[in-house]
Amino acid sequence: MENLNEKEQDVMLKESSILDAKLERRSFLQFAGAGAAIVALTAAGCRKDRPIVTSGVTLDFKDDFGVLNYAYALEQLEAAFYIQVASAPPSAFTTVQKNYFQDVQFHEIAHREFFKKALGTAAIGSLSVDFSSIDFTSATSVLAAAQAFEDLGVAAYNGAGVRLKDTGYLVIAGQIVSVEARHAAWVRDQISNGTFADLASLSALGADNANGLDGQLTPDKVLAIAGKYVKTKINVINL
Amino acid sequence: MNIVNILEEIEKVDGEIYERLSPRRAAMKDFFNVGKKISLAALPLALGSMFQKAYGQTNPANVNEVLNFALTLEYLEYHFYNHALTNSTISFPTTASNAAITTIRNHELAHVNLLKGALGAAAVTPFVDADFDFTGAATFGTAFADVFSNYQTFLKVATAFEDTGVRAYKGQAPVLKGMPVLTTALQIHSVEARHASHLRQMTAASLGVALKPWISYSANGNDTGISQVNAVYAGEQNTMIAGIEITGINGTAVTQTHAAECFDEFLTGSAVKTIANIFIKTRKLS
Repeated sequence: MENLNEKEQDVMLKESSILDAKLERRSFLQFAGAGAAIVALTAAGCRKDRPIVTSGVTLDFKDDFGVLNYAYALEQLEAAFYIQVASAPPSAFTTVQKNYFQDVQFHEIAHREFFKKALGTAAIGSLSVDFSSIDFTSATSVLAAAQAFEDLGVAAYNGAGVRLKDTGYLVIAGQIVSVEARHAAWVRDQISNGTFADLASLSALGADNANGLDGQLTPDKVLAIAGKYVKTKINVINL
Repeated sequence: MNIVNILEEIEKVDGEIYERLSPRRAAMKDFFNVGKKISLAALPLALGSMFQKAYGQTNPANVNEVLNFALTLEYLEYHFYNHALTNSTISFPTTASNAAITTIRNHELAHVNLLKGALGAAAVTPFVDADFDFTGAATFGTAFADVFSNYQTFLKVATAFEDTGVRAYKGQAPVLKGMPVLTTALQIHSVEARHASHLRQMTAASLGVALKPWISYSANGNDTGISQVNAVYAGEQNTMIAGIEITGINGTAVTQTHAAECFDEFLTGSAVKTIANIFIKTRKLS
């Protein structure tokens, strides 16, 4: 009890200087034994961030918010993957590959954060990922996974565009998907130069080589493929 | 979020923003009426709609016009690559470079045939090789005079064509909104983006420049350093999407360069036609 009072006193002292010392506030919370969730909130700048969801998220495709949340989910997945790659790239990566994986990481982070901000309170929570099938020390494994993510991302945006009712968001989806396609082409060329647009290899994703068409998949098919990388249960309604 | 600030920011790069908005008072009125009902969270969504109305597409105006516009661009691209492969003195440095251009040529031909078939009797009269001047001499003088004898010049023009194509399809998406044909257009659009990515790598390798597969930040939008193609990249320096600044978004380390790279920009139909007409000798697009 005495100990607790000491802590409370300390809290009072530190509270008063919160405005001039951000770092101190963080250490205060740790000192006060605050839960990890609260520390995480503080680190994120005290925004009303949603906590990590463990019981599942729901994508309701009845309107554009469902489509945007679907994109947000995929961007979360991609960003998480590239953050892990960029933080410890396979030793076999060249300097250019390391640099470009850094670029791609920030592109996906930007996409993720854009959707989060645009959706505001309508945004789904953060997804838990499962990358146990990827060997992050192996260039071959990382490149194969990157190709899978990018080709799938392209097919996902191509297939979901027709669902968007808002013209502004349709254009934005177009602004993102071409960047994903640039990523996909570059990653493919790293695996095998010249395969940047090997549409015949993309038929499982809905590509049509004879007509020069890239992949396109409906959300249920995309989520079924992406499922192996996601721990959080994703419920789909009104598709 | 302050809408007045957003409009002021736009005014810096587009002095006519208020004029663009005012003839469409209905759009503004709609927006403000909606604004009373929607939550702050949904504001960027509504903003996107308002700006789209302000910059509304007028040319091309309908599905067939869009498809014919796309078909014309595909003719231009197909004949360009086909000329390089079958009727030029370009020395391709590797088997792979020749194979890549062949792959791209074949896709452009597939797109021509697909669009032609979809349009049927409504399709434009086919463009032939002789309809084009791929050096763009009337506008560029001798800058690209050796486009079919110099591999590097060829790559410069090819990269500009692909990046233009990506922007062109993106700009037409609103006309096709909600229609099955939109999906087809998007499937072509991302193939063009894959081409652009590869051509940029080929250009970087051949010219020994640090051109990335994605369009990077440059003050005037043009990261290629080839001033003749400035119009192809106009606006690519943008980092503001639907009123949201992407640089440093939500406290992340996203730089201005990343922000410009991670969203490609669209071009209006009229801007694309101006670019295409540089290479079209007769039957210019209007």
